[in-house]
Amino acid sequence: MNIRLRLFFVFDFAVMILVCLVTASFGAAQTKNPYAGDAKVAKLGEFEFRANCAFCHGLGARGGGRGPDLTRTPKKHGDSDADIFNTINNGVPGTAMPPNGATQQGVGMTEEELWQVVTYIRSVEKKASTVSGDANHGRELYYGSAGCGTCHMFKGKGGRLGPDLTGAGTARSTEYLTESLRKPSRRLAQGIIEAMKEFTEEYETVNVVTNDGTKYQGTLLNEDSFTIQFMDMREKVHSFDKASLKSLQKSRESLMPAYDEKVLPEKDLQDVLAFLIGGRQGGVK
Amino acid sequence: MRVRLAFCLSLIFPFAAATRAQVTAERLLNAGKEPQNWLMYSGDYTGRRHSTLHEIDAANAGKLVPKWAYQTMAAGKFETTPLVVDGILYGTGQDDRAFALDARTGRPIWQYQRGLPGDIRPCCGRVNRGLAILGDKVFMGTLDSHVIALDTKTGNVLWDISAVDYTKGYSFTLAPLVIKNLVLVGVSGGEYGIRGFIDAYDANTGEKKWRFYTIPAPGEPGNESWEGQSWKIGGSPAWITGTYDAETNTTFWTTGNPSPSNRGEGRAGDNLYSNSLLALDPDTGKLKWHFQFTQHDEHDYDATQVPVMVDDNGKKLILQANRNGFFYVIDRTNGKLIRADSYAKVSWAKEKDANGRPVPAQEGLPTLEGNKVCPGAAGATNWMSPTYDPQTKLFYVTAREQCDVFSTAPQPYDAGHAYYGSAYFPNDDAAPFYGALRALDPDTGKIKWEWKHPSPTWSGVLSTAGGLVFTGDAEGNFIALDASSGKALWHFQCGASIYSSPMTYAIAGKQYVAVAAGSSLFTFGLP
Repeated sequence: MNIRLRLFFVFDFAVMILVCLVTASFGAAQTKNPYAGDAKVAKLGEFEFRANCAFCHGLGARGGGRGPDLTRTPKKHGDSDADIFNTINNGVPGTAMPPNGATQQGVGMTEEELWQVVTYIRSVEKKASTVSGDANHGRELYYGSAGCGTCHMFKGKGGRLGPDLTGAGTARSTEYLTESLRKPSRRLAQGIIEAMKEFTEEYETVNVVTNDGTKYQGTLLNEDSFTIQFMDMREKVHSFDKASLKSLQKSRESLMPAYDEKVLPEKDLQDVLAFLIGGRQGGVK
Repeated sequence: MRVRLAFCLSLIFPFAAATRAQVTAERLLNAGKEPQNWLMYSGDYTGRRHSTLHEIDAANAGKLVPKWAYQTMAAGKFETTPLVVDGILYGTGQDDRAFALDARTGRPIWQYQRGLPGDIRPCCGRVNRGLAILGDKVFMGTLDSHVIALDTKTGNVLWDISAVDYTKGYSFTLAPLVIKNLVLVGVSGGEYGIRGFIDAYDANTGEKKWRFYTIPAPGEPGNESWEGQSWKIGGSPAWITGTYDAETNTTFWTTGNPSPSNRGEGRAGDNLYSNSLLALDPDTGKLKWHFQFTQHDEHDYDATQVPVMVDDNGKKLILQANRNGFFYVIDRTNGKLIRADSYAKVSWAKEKDANGRPVPAQEGLPTLEGNKVCPGAAGATNWMSPTYDPQTKLFYVTAREQCDVFSTAPQPYDAGHAYYGSAYFPNDDAAPFYGALRALDPDTGKIKWEWKHPSPTWSGVLSTAGGLVFTGDAEGNFIALDASSGKALWHFQCGASIYSSPMTYAIAGKQYVAVAAGSSLFTFGLP
């Protein structure tokens, strides 16, 4: 059947509530992982992970476009085995992480399978953070010479043209963040998610010339076949009927400049990453 | 209550009331001759989803306005194609709702909601695509795998039978098909290692008349296409409504993926009759012939697209734009392939066999680390209905241009538990996915025109004698296009992605077009 759609229960809140009720009964699981450190169980967990989790968290749990890198520690929603079990079983309200069973309608992973997945996640964790930079210097760069804050908010401070980066350190792998800085056009950031819509918008670049000759450049907010909504460089929001424009060009070349080694040496890159990720670890207030 | 209702209706529809009659099997056979009504899922037995209504046409479509909306107030995908019979509209909603509305005003006459158990197994949403009608009953397949009959005037349950144990992964999501006095349904559950079937029930009593298993048992032809005991859990559901050729007394049904959907290990062989077109005798359920679109499928390429009957220069055809990316033209008198041409990007098949049938390529199979394949997991199209317009002689289909990375992993079978043997991922290297309405020429297999959607959509297509095709998009627009040129003539923003196939009807000569979107059923007409 339409297999892709098993993921879209993420958006189906009524289903989520129902499934919560169904799964609540075995939400109070044991608190100790009976398989901790068992490599064979970790392999079984890897298979479960592929079928149930990898769509968002990626093969190898390294994070995908949608879900956080799970090889990192500590975990945002609790770092004990029991915490991870509960995060998988109960989901994370307010995020795309559904409760166990939401993708399978009341027949989600069994307790045993959940522990297998927990065991697998433990087996692929990196024991130390790969980011060793100076978060305080990263903050200075972010709001200063690197200019990140011109377009990106972080905890309520910064510009609006690019995505808010408050949660990026949590949601994205270090590799993803590095790539986003070094080659921002390689993978554009995701924009608005509409409740029933399968695909998110992306931060594409828009160049518009209106009928009276006015030119605008900005980032895409949303569009359909007939209209387009975007934010211009002055953070003004526009909406036009496509048919009314003299020209409309969309580009997957990001408005964000590529921060190559000349612009942002490796050491500074590590500092910016430490700042972004540090927000998660509580190292930077 | 019933008296008052009848009285009210007679005020509203002085003409309709006089002509209202029971829906007979004869009327169903001639559904095309009463275009003011929409008597079955695809409009008539041909599956063309074409109406001869033409009040709304290419010249005036730009003036269309909303007439009314009905809200189910339920979350999830609203996939219904309603029926309309003599001024009353019958539809289904999420969570196995059903309703009858005054088709002119949208005001409810009755509403039904099934008390579904908490442990049902709908793989892909708590959805239902519609009803069938005969006499004073409408018929519905339910998510807890029952078939029920509701009274057309009250919504009262007249009979309710359990077809199969839903806890093993079975459910019904399709609109049933009535032929003569039988109610035909095909089962969903290809994600759970079911053994698929098509059932026929007596419309009066609910008594089961026959069952055709879409996977042959040992001793039956085709069982040898399954390794070992894999036939018992080989999936092959039949979750889209079939069509019917009265001339040869043949009903055409299509089947879905073998289970597990993305892992072929353990089920060596062609896996008949998964991903196939089946020609059945509607009286007995006996198989006349079959045509398999995708042998030994490992990409979830269900063939569950309505098999559309078209007669062309004396040739009796079935047209199907398949989920696997090929547009098939098949002789419906014998199941012989006439042509198969790709209508979307395809990489799973590189060659065709001696009969012109595309065959799976070794390098397109899922691997442990993942392998990019086109079409992606949702297919080049899916369950959303296509349409065939006898005026333009074109076949219109919703195409999805999307490739995915397919990976595979062993998964033990556990009854009632999801059984995919797989995972898949959006292919993030590719250019953005998009959708398109494509007009295909069955004579050449070529694309005559396309209307590009910003992203892939789940909306079906309707064509009308007004020279129009109607479709929707994931961005929420319901769109009328010129059937000859593909030019958009009108659109309306419904506020939610469209996961349904539109239909049309008329009351007192005024044409309406209806489509479900979000939790609302919208109708449109001329001012």
